[in-house]
Amino acid sequence: MKDEQHIVTHFKNMKQQPVVLQIKDLYKSFGNNHVLNGFNMILHKGENLVIMGKSGSGKSVMIKCLVGLMEADKGIITVMGNDITTLNQESLDILRADIGFLFQGSALYDSMTVRENLEFPLRRHTKKFDKDIDTEKLVVEALGNVGLADAIDLMPSELSGGMKRRVALARTLILKPKIILYDEPTSGLDPITAKEIIILMKDIQTKYNTSSLIITHDVDCARVISDRMILLIDGIDYAVGTYKELSASDDPKIKAFFKH
Amino acid sequence: MSSSCIMLVLTNIKTQLKSFLLEIGELSYFTSRFFKEAFKRPFEIKELLRQCYLMGNRSLLLVGVTGFIIGLVLTLQTRPTLIEFGAVSWMPSMVGISIVREIGPIITALVCAGKIGSGIGAELGSMRVTEQIDAMEVSGTNPFKYLVVTRVLATTLMLPLLVIIGDAIALYGSFLVENLKGNVSFTLFFNQVFNSLEFGDIIPATIKSFFFGFAIGIVGCFKGYYCKKGTAGVGKAANTAVVFTSLLLFIIDFIAVFVTDIFYDL
Repeated sequence: MKDEQHIVTHFKNMKQQPVVLQIKDLYKSFGNNHVLNGFNMILHKGENLVIMGKSGSGKSVMIKCLVGLMEADKGIITVMGNDITTLNQESLDILRADIGFLFQGSALYDSMTVRENLEFPLRRHTKKFDKDIDTEKLVVEALGNVGLADAIDLMPSELSGGMKRRVALARTLILKPKIILYDEPTSGLDPITAKEIIILMKDIQTKYNTSSLIITHDVDCARVISDRMILLIDGIDYAVGTYKELSASDDPKIKAFFKH
Repeated sequence: MSSSCIMLVLTNIKTQLKSFLLEIGELSYFTSRFFKEAFKRPFEIKELLRQCYLMGNRSLLLVGVTGFIIGLVLTLQTRPTLIEFGAVSWMPSMVGISIVREIGPIITALVCAGKIGSGIGAELGSMRVTEQIDAMEVSGTNPFKYLVVTRVLATTLMLPLLVIIGDAIALYGSFLVENLKGNVSFTLFFNQVFNSLEFGDIIPATIKSFFFGFAIGIVGCFKGYYCKKGTAGVGKAANTAVVFTSLLLFIIDFIAVFVTDIFYDL
């Protein structure tokens, strides 16, 4: 009860924080398949926003539109004051240095070691760091934060699913992003490893003071990590609220998400 | 055959033709994008050199073995006929011209289409389906430049080198047969080979090797970069890269021979 009270107070405080990410009337179709039909959302600084939806509901499409990996048919996407639909490639690349993206399947580069995987984004975003940065120190620090300092010289094929997810998280963190986008962070993991990843995400949020957008259909993940939730149904932001509010809803479409 | 059956066949042909033309259009767009990106900064020199090393080094043994066997077989097969016509002394010239002009470049290119083209198709295909290409883009890297431009340039630069090495090994294989069967010395054999060769044999063959290399790289990258349908798509990308490249190599070869022939006539 105390925890729930704390979350509600935290959520109210969150609303006073500046908006770091906003989507207005987002539309995206693939032929006759209308995936997003006017989706809206706002992410505040320091907030953990969870977006839940069924498989194929357009969650991953939405998150890819957010970083410019996919082009939306219509709508405005504003990231830290920049409308990404109007940015040129160079400005988009600079902005991307402030957005971390944890992919569903980790997306580690197979042909590179863990060290090289982490060094890769550092070398690409030289403008964000001094020329004299100690990449080795940053790599070791990032791996240490996810508890995998010993795996520095391993190849991705030598890592377990959970370890891969941790390394991917370290790669995301190495650029010290202001926003982290998580695409199904716990999918494909056993419950214990999934729980470890969720705890790690919470720790990172506290340590780096990042804003997080988490795409998931894992109710446990949503319960533990969310300050606020959006249910993506029929391509729109069908319901918005805290976990407590939504899980208590009588709407059958909403209730379907919280059935165990 | 009933009319409905004929209609079905015609519809099938129409669909196949449409998808083939669409693919040609997409490949043309992909190629134009390559030329646009290849001259833009930043140049991925380190990755280009790495790809050159990987492609050259990994294909060398296969090209060498294939060339050696081609040289042996060509000489063994041709020898009895030349003996029959009393023209066995022409063997080095005949083998030299046929290997340098045609057999060397096309066999090396076909071997590389199988080895390098399928490798690129599978590698980029698996990077696409596991979202590694997306991850690269998110990390501020232009994946087209980093993955496609470097690989296409590497195949374009390395194939002529592989052809030269393959030719040399094939000629050595031919010499071994001549030496064993006809007691021809190394100096005599290679003197005859080089006396019969002209720049008109070497230059068109070298130029066409660049085009072969380009075709291998661009088709492999195109198939892999736009790979769809999960892991099954990766296999398909690798497979179609080889089939499509092989077909393209013969078309390029025909055009090259045709153009060379026009210059010879002049």
